[in-house]
Amino acid sequence: MEPFTVLTAVAAPLVRDNIDTDAIIPSREMKTVAKSGLAQGLFAGWRYREIGSREPDPSFVLNDAAYAGARILLGGVNFGCGSSREHAVWALADFGFRAIIAKSFSPIFQANCVRNGVAPIELGAEAVDRLARAVAADPARRPVTVDMIACTIAVADAEALPFAIDPQARRMLIEALDAIDLTLELEPEIAAFRERDRKARPWVYL
Amino acid sequence: MSKLGRFETMTPLTDHETRPRTLAEKLWDEHCIRDLGDGVDLILIDRVLLHERTGAVALKSLEAAGRPVLAPHQAFCTMDHVVDTFPGRGDRTLMPTGGAFITATREAALSAGIELFDLGDDRQGIVHVISPEQGIVAPGLTLVCPDSHTCTQGAFGALAWGIGSTETEHALATSTVRARRPEPMLIAVHGRLEAGVTAKDLALHIIAALSVSGARGRLIEFAGEAISALDLDGRQTLCNMAAELAAFSAIIAPDEMVFNYLRGRPFAPSGADWDRAETRWRTLASDAGAAFAHTAAFEAAAVSPMVTWGVSPQHAIAVDGVVPSYDQLTRREAREAYDRALGYMDLAPGAPLTSLAIDAAFIGSCTNSRIGDLRRAARLLDGRKVAPGVRAICVPGSSSVKRQAEAEGLDRIFQAAGFEWRESGCSMCFFAGGESFGLRERVISTTNRNFESRQGPQTRTHLASPETVAASALAGRIADPRPIPARAG
Repeated sequence: MEPFTVLTAVAAPLVRDNIDTDAIIPSREMKTVAKSGLAQGLFAGWRYREIGSREPDPSFVLNDAAYAGARILLGGVNFGCGSSREHAVWALADFGFRAIIAKSFSPIFQANCVRNGVAPIELGAEAVDRLARAVAADPARRPVTVDMIACTIAVADAEALPFAIDPQARRMLIEALDAIDLTLELEPEIAAFRERDRKARPWVYL
Repeated sequence: MSKLGRFETMTPLTDHETRPRTLAEKLWDEHCIRDLGDGVDLILIDRVLLHERTGAVALKSLEAAGRPVLAPHQAFCTMDHVVDTFPGRGDRTLMPTGGAFITATREAALSAGIELFDLGDDRQGIVHVISPEQGIVAPGLTLVCPDSHTCTQGAFGALAWGIGSTETEHALATSTVRARRPEPMLIAVHGRLEAGVTAKDLALHIIAALSVSGARGRLIEFAGEAISALDLDGRQTLCNMAAELAAFSAIIAPDEMVFNYLRGRPFAPSGADWDRAETRWRTLASDAGAAFAHTAAFEAAAVSPMVTWGVSPQHAIAVDGVVPSYDQLTRREAREAYDRALGYMDLAPGAPLTSLAIDAAFIGSCTNSRIGDLRRAARLLDGRKVAPGVRAICVPGSSSVKRQAEAEGLDRIFQAAGFEWRESGCSMCFFAGGESFGLRERVISTTNRNFESRQGPQTRTHLASPETVAASALAGRIADPRPIPARAG
């Protein structure tokens, strides 16, 4: 995982509410027993003219040349709802996205982002709409800067907006921490807890 | 003093023990190994469930990192997401790479020493259906699975929630997850559901009222007369649909029905362990006066059979209603989203739902595929025929449900009516096995998600109860299940 400190990149607006993980990557696109190689399937139902085809639908934002190289995605309310498939985050990351700025996130998707070094940033509804408008004026010349150290977002030279993020998620992102490594350091404490618990609830331990 | 009592006195009394707590809070506290700071807790996980869509990815990734599964006997794996459901199925699926998921998961589970309910095993089935059947879930347990509908198992008084694949690796390697304590929410349902109105209708009614983000990140406790009166199949259906409220999970305090169901199940406690467990389970309830940060209340008598018209579970209305105009929406949404939904579903405002002809009817999924669901649908189908041109499919939720249904002759009723009778699995709830409904087909379905293209390319899904799906299959259009009398006997 790559540390997430400051990212300046083109931001693509897809500000619809309740974008579900079936839309982010349909089941039919989850073809491999792996976490990589999923970029082709990202938003497949919206991105291509026909199901199963790879002919770009020019009306979809990610097919608009103005947003080429976008690494930040702007979303609406309850982004990533539905299926817990982590393939949704893997597909976004594989495509190149490092940050999703949305009005709110579905909880499983949000946790999946952090575990994969993708920053899920919640901003107020009005702020997201403003950001989308500011970007749309000239996406390439108006890149968005996400500063995870300062917890701010700025468009081009405009004044930076503060954002709030779960402090633990922030630290994991900045330091590219692996949660399993961190928890394994607590192994003796976990073992002691389980030993006590086994006496209290023996039926739990099969 | 019992060991149990000693354990409890070893733990210093905290604020948790001195104020009234909700059931979910008690279970959270009991499983909290330590506070990791910033409001995140390290929570002990009692059960991890896997399926072949992410099971192999998670297990292989652990193996590559040299991290063993800490408690393989507390983990279980089934085949449900990718397998096809045709009679006589094998490892091959319609999806060209489907077999790779199945064989990779089989190898990974065996190598990790995890109990696998494989194809051909009479315990195989949809993960949330087989877990209670096998006594894997139990009251008071923490249980995680890389599937958003894991909340289904909260119907047994367990703290069960869906997680991602990487979190699943974490749970397997450490028997813990790192999680922020969810805010408690009480959803009380007063009175009784009317005849012909089911837990599915109640769930859709609640989602239509609260929206698909209406319980985002919260832990719902369902309570009230209507909930106690639901059978276990109904409680599972209701908790299942909490995923469509974006809830962290849902729970129902366990009662006699739960204890009776679990007694004697293969992985349930037995002997003296059972007695101790049951004694403890009987204490599992929210304290009087426990504070819920959020509450919502519903009147069961106000619930009708519900059907969705749009592309979100919150687009649910009474079956005898009409497609709403933008101004009639129960939950505000962007005009663009409303127009998209109407266009996708090929509907006009004001059209009665019961005027919509259907191409297909589907009974199955972790929402509505248990024996009670099948019995209720079969009562309506008995001696009747599916309308010409309608493709009707029934997929039992587990191999055990299938056997039970066959022992009761339900398979013959379904097949005589014109339904396909399948092997168990997730099937066409999504794209399992690479099978899907056709382009722009209109399907009435007992599943949980009517998202765009969820059940097939451009497929138009209407969510409903098994009764409504059965009645609609017979009518060839969306139909109210209530006017059709059940045949006596």
